[in-house]
Amino acid sequence: MLNIKNLHVKLEDEDKQILKGVNLTVEAGKVHAIMGPNGSGKSTLSYVLSGKGGYEVTDGSASLDGQDLLELEAEERATAGLFLAFQYPVEIPGVGNMTFLRTAVNAQRKARGEDPMSAADFLKEVRKTAKSLKIDAEMLKRPVNVGFSGGEKKRNEILQMAMLSPKMCILDETDSGLDVDAMKLVAEGVNALRDGKRGFLVITHYQRLLDHIKPDVVHIMANGRIIKTGGPELALEVENNGYAGILAEVE
Amino acid sequence: MAALDQTQVKEGIDQETVDAVREVGGAYKHGWATDIEMEYAPKGLTTDIVRLISQKNEEPQWMLDWRLQAYDRWLTKEEPSWAMVDYPEIDFQDQYYYARPKSMEVKPKSLDEVDPKLLETYKKLGIPLKEQMILAGVEGAENAPAEGRKVAVDAVFDSVSLGTTFKAELAEAGVIFCSISEAIREHPELVKKYLGTVVPVSDNFYATLNSAVFSDGSFVYVPPGVRCPMELSTYFRINAENTGQFERTLIIADKGSYVSYLEGCTAPARDIAQLHAAVVEIIIEEDAEVKYSTVQNWYPGDENGKGGIYNFVTKRADCRGDRAKIMWTQVETGSAVTWKYPSCILRGDDSQGEFYSIAITNNYQQADTGTKMVHLGKNTKSRIVSKGISAGHAQNTYRGLVSMHPKAKNARNYTQCDSLLIGNKCGAHTVPYIEVKNNSARVEHEATTSKVDDDQLFYCRSRGMDEEAAVALVVNGFCKDVLQALPMEFAMEAQQLVAISLEGSVG
Ligand SMILES: Nc1ncnc2c1ncn2[C@@H]1O[C@H](COP(=O)(O)OP(=O)(O)O)[C@@H](O)[C@H]1O
Ligand SMILES: [Mg+2]
Repeated sequence: MLNIKNLHVKLEDEDKQILKGVNLTVEAGKVHAIMGPNGSGKSTLSYVLSGKGGYEVTDGSASLDGQDLLELEAEERATAGLFLAFQYPVEIPGVGNMTFLRTAVNAQRKARGEDPMSAADFLKEVRKTAKSLKIDAEMLKRPVNVGFSGGEKKRNEILQMAMLSPKMCILDETDSGLDVDAMKLVAEGVNALRDGKRGFLVITHYQRLLDHIKPDVVHIMANGRIIKTGGPELALEVENNGYAGILAEVE
Repeated sequence: MAALDQTQVKEGIDQETVDAVREVGGAYKHGWATDIEMEYAPKGLTTDIVRLISQKNEEPQWMLDWRLQAYDRWLTKEEPSWAMVDYPEIDFQDQYYYARPKSMEVKPKSLDEVDPKLLETYKKLGIPLKEQMILAGVEGAENAPAEGRKVAVDAVFDSVSLGTTFKAELAEAGVIFCSISEAIREHPELVKKYLGTVVPVSDNFYATLNSAVFSDGSFVYVPPGVRCPMELSTYFRINAENTGQFERTLIIADKGSYVSYLEGCTAPARDIAQLHAAVVEIIIEEDAEVKYSTVQNWYPGDENGKGGIYNFVTKRADCRGDRAKIMWTQVETGSAVTWKYPSCILRGDDSQGEFYSIAITNNYQQADTGTKMVHLGKNTKSRIVSKGISAGHAQNTYRGLVSMHPKAKNARNYTQCDSLLIGNKCGAHTVPYIEVKNNSARVEHEATTSKVDDDQLFYCRSRGMDEEAAVALVVNGFCKDVLQALPMEFAMEAQQLVAISLEGSVG
């Protein structure tokens, strides 16, 4: 499904190499986790995959179901089925959360040549999903992410993910800053979308999220590369011993 | 869940907008011209031209005298230069001051007699000249009565009014709505009593010029205690080349009355800049209320700053009676140069003035706009919400005056002035003047300047919106407080305009 080969990325305006040959394949229906110290390039990877500006791919490739992602505009990648739950969701003053969602859903439908979702269907769908994420009507009315608590922002990302129904979901530290209950809500939201066909790439610092979203594969990323890949037990090792052991082992 | 339903419907507008904008494509929508035989007064400005305009309008002697006096004053005045706008010197002798379609030589008795080609122009602009309901085919129209809403229209084409709809029905309610030239002929006592009492002949260079050469415009009188049964609107179309448009609008809301008035304007895309110098005077008596909304969409010039309308406008409302209320709402998206300060004289005790403004400048457009709140009466209140958006090489200035006079005990003003920049070649400026001459008055001023943030755009795009839809969404969010102040149909149009005016501003 998601195929990343030898991906090299530097900053556009600076001579700073951030990704130094990332190889990663996420198969349909699987959950892959990426762990790694701060600054190792996890967010950069997710941004480059979703088409954020400011980075330059100097080598390698990335594709989704055979389609070259790096050739597409950000919105085309979204329409192709890629979704990124942001580590730091962005505030958009004056734009109602519901308006934002509906604009996004219908923009994607339009790009795929589908009719816009009717107001009634959309409303029904949002209400159902919002309820399961404990997002109330008030929060749907408020401007996008403005004045949301950390937990609200992250739940809102999952709401968007559910409404947009992507093929490939990337979650960038969706668990950080959440208390246990909020984390459970987020995990349940993600698990509800696990249908055996979607792929997931879950970036996290902590084993505890992986207790709730069971990964099939765990990767350790450091200094712009994936340095180790294993099963769920790898996450436990990190939890118990930190990264030092693994880093030393690789060197 | 009722609240949720409401949100859904109301906010659906934004979506519609974005869709509509996507479909429209191309920047300025109204840049085409109507090919029609015109009759011009000779080029240039002299007393003969002033006489000719007066004669064409079949005016009484007192009106001509008034104009001639204004003309003499104008000769002694100098063009103001304090605004933050820069344009080549205007040669006032190198343009036409009067242009009317040949077919209007004999005044049509009703709109049915007007040249179909002219009527077609308004149809193409989307302005209904039939006396029909406006069925706002949009979500959110549930606020309108089920059978739709009526909007009366005065259609002004270059120097003449083609006609006014719903006149009979309005007359039944006692409301006079007609062109100013007709009012001068049919209601001289009202015109004489009020004309020039809010914007005096010698107020400023452009107002004085307008007083000498205004050709047409609208007149509204709402009698005591009457709530005008429909929205009134005037649609100004400049079509002729090399011709200035000088419209004059006079609105009188007598004691305890209410009226909502809308103004729209467009012009063909031409290489040579054209002058538009309007005067709007509003008189609001005791307990009366006027809402005046403008969507100004004059041709802005091309992306290199060639052509466009020079828009020098004097608009002022006088809250003469106690508890009188005025609300100005403007969406300024067009014109190469905008010089405009719709103002409120808060003379009556407890009178209120509000000013909501969105000014968008793109490419090489320049806008210097704002308001004056002159607090004369006790307990007068004013509120200013200004949203300036600049993109491209544009310059956008908010210029506002809040003046608290000695007798304006307990007067209050709140000003909020936000600027949004798109790109880094444009400019935003805020020039607030505040004069407080009594201790009990309070003035509050808040100002912010921000940039359309790449992170916001990326966030929207990562959800599937293309760049233009993303900018439209972010900017509409920025303008929300003002868009909400507009009547429904105008809010829709305005949202679309916001998006269209910013086309090509990113990427
Ligand atoms: N836009 C940027 N400008 C400057 N440095 C950046 C930028 N993006 C990423 N970096 C740098 O690249 C490295 C990787 O960052 P990031 O991808 O955020 O790591 P992680 O998500 O693993 O913590 C860090 O050293 C970070 O400072
Ligand atoms: Mg990160």
